[in-house]
Amino acid sequence: MLSVEDLSISFGGLAALGALSFEVAEREIFALIGPNGAGKSTVFNIVTGLYRPSAGRVRFRGEDLLALAPHRIARRGIARTFQNTEVFRQLTTLDNVLIGRHALLRAGFLRGALGLPAVWREEAAARAGARALLARVGLADAAGVQAGSLPLGAQKRLEIARALAAEPKLLLLDEPAGGLNPTETQTLMELIRGLRDAEGLTVLVVEHDMELVMGISDRVVVLNYGRKISSGSPREIAADPAVIEAYLGSEEA
Amino acid sequence: MRRAALGAGSALLLLWPFLVPRYFVFLTSLVVVNAIVAIGLNLLSGYTNQLSFGHAGFFAVGAYVAAVLTLRAPGVPVVATLVLAGLATALVGLALGIPCLRLEGLYLAMATLAFGFVVVEAIQNLDWLTRGNDGVAVPTAHLGPLALASDAAKYYLVLGVGALMVAAAVNITRTRTGRALLAIRESEIAAQASGVHLAAYRTLAFAVSAFYTGVAGGLFAFVVGFISPDAFDVFLSVDFVAMIIIGGLGSIPGSVVGAAVITLLYDWLAAFQNYRPLLFGLILIGCMLFMPGGIASRMPKWTQQAQ
Ligand SMILES: Nc1ncnc2c1ncn2[C@@H]1O[C@H](COP(=O)(O)OP(=O)(O)OP(=O)(O)O)[C@@H](O)[C@H]1O
Ligand SMILES: [Mg+2]
Repeated sequence: MLSVEDLSISFGGLAALGALSFEVAEREIFALIGPNGAGKSTVFNIVTGLYRPSAGRVRFRGEDLLALAPHRIARRGIARTFQNTEVFRQLTTLDNVLIGRHALLRAGFLRGALGLPAVWREEAAARAGARALLARVGLADAAGVQAGSLPLGAQKRLEIARALAAEPKLLLLDEPAGGLNPTETQTLMELIRGLRDAEGLTVLVVEHDMELVMGISDRVVVLNYGRKISSGSPREIAADPAVIEAYLGSEEA
Repeated sequence: MRRAALGAGSALLLLWPFLVPRYFVFLTSLVVVNAIVAIGLNLLSGYTNQLSFGHAGFFAVGAYVAAVLTLRAPGVPVVATLVLAGLATALVGLALGIPCLRLEGLYLAMATLAFGFVVVEAIQNLDWLTRGNDGVAVPTAHLGPLALASDAAKYYLVLGVGALMVAAAVNITRTRTGRALLAIRESEIAAQASGVHLAAYRTLAFAVSAFYTGVAGGLFAFVVGFISPDAFDVFLSVDFVAMIIIGGLGSIPGSVVGAAVITLLYDWLAAFQNYRPLLFGLILIGCMLFMPGGIASRMPKWTQQAQ
């Protein structure tokens, strides 16, 4: 479904990604792991059109994503969350989720200004849907709360709800368990599994929490200094000496 | 609560010319005109975070289009004149907004400031059209067989147009377009990731903001009956910015209240012209220090648009 081929990018001489290739299959939960600075978030930023790689290709269902602007990529069915949360801080959580649905709503500027009945019908339905999504991530009671005032864990879950509002085919989660306690992480794992099992979503997840990675992913790619050092099932990569070394090496450094 | 307040407010506004002296009717017209500008400016600066210190320029374009059109083509009904004034100004807004897409913050503020000077300069130099520094006496507006000559008649025109534009702005901000503008202000990357086309909405904000300000400029021309370039100097642009800061960035009701406060203050201080910048400066600083959300942040819940 998503194929990344020979992706390279560097920032001021530093090679953040070097000839990285991997392929995510439809309905797969795919994890991208690696030590800090390995280039995981950079992959997300390239796939969603924020960064332009110096070489390589990114295809989504056969289409070249590198030719598309970020908002067009979103409209193709790719939604994401952000490592350092990018909620719309001064807006309510409900409005945050409604903005996630932007591309699916029809009311244009003029019809909105005129306040035609069809616009309010669409709004009402979108609001109901947004509330349901908030409930799904455990924020049912926070619909009117300013997003910026939520604790980090809640902001992370809000971003998932916002991403889901777009009804994506591929969901990119950047450290979704960051700031969550173990119980919340369990709930999150069930949510992600449910998204795949019940709704057929494909999930690409970056995560340091190994319990989550081992617990839900079908396949894992391990990055270190922008290069793929291992890939396979969670079991396989956990037993790979190269992976163990990369983690130990980086933790001691 | 909301309904009752709206009903009472509407009744009061409709009966206003029968309740107060003529001068207050005129002053209220100015409040509404400025409220329309403040809403337009707020859609650009408060909602989309694109600062403008050039809205007096848009205001002037609207005023002169309306005035010259009424002079040259007296048969055109006033509503059509105002729509044309708005559309012409929106085109100017596009011409300014598109090249300014790359500019942010201070640079955008400088570019819009320069735009304001250019407009005044253009009005002064195109004297075959605008009569330059002599100014234009604006003919009476006509609505079908009605001549809108009295202060009360002009007031009802302003009130009607103002009500429509406030309603449209409330609708815009409550639906998809308004949320997209706010999303851009809050986080550009998250807005894009949600499918919001940044350049399109930024440009739209410029055009809509200019449209509102152009229509208000047209109304202003009819209300005051005489316009000249010196009425549209940079201080007017600053007044507009003061309105939305005092009223509340990102709030339509706040825009209206901010416009009322500044307009009335200006009127009361007419005798102390020299102290005006000083007082405005103090009020602005005080507002930014002690009430960063503007008056809107202190208004009761039911006045807010969020459901
Ligand atoms: N916009 C940027 N400008 C300069 N350097 C960047 C930029 N984005 C990423 N980098 C660099 O690229 C490298 C990879 O960064 P990236 O954020 O992808 O790491 P990561 O694997 O997500 O790490 P973490 O686990 O800490 O989130 C780092 O060295 C980082 O400093
Ligand atoms: Mg990262």
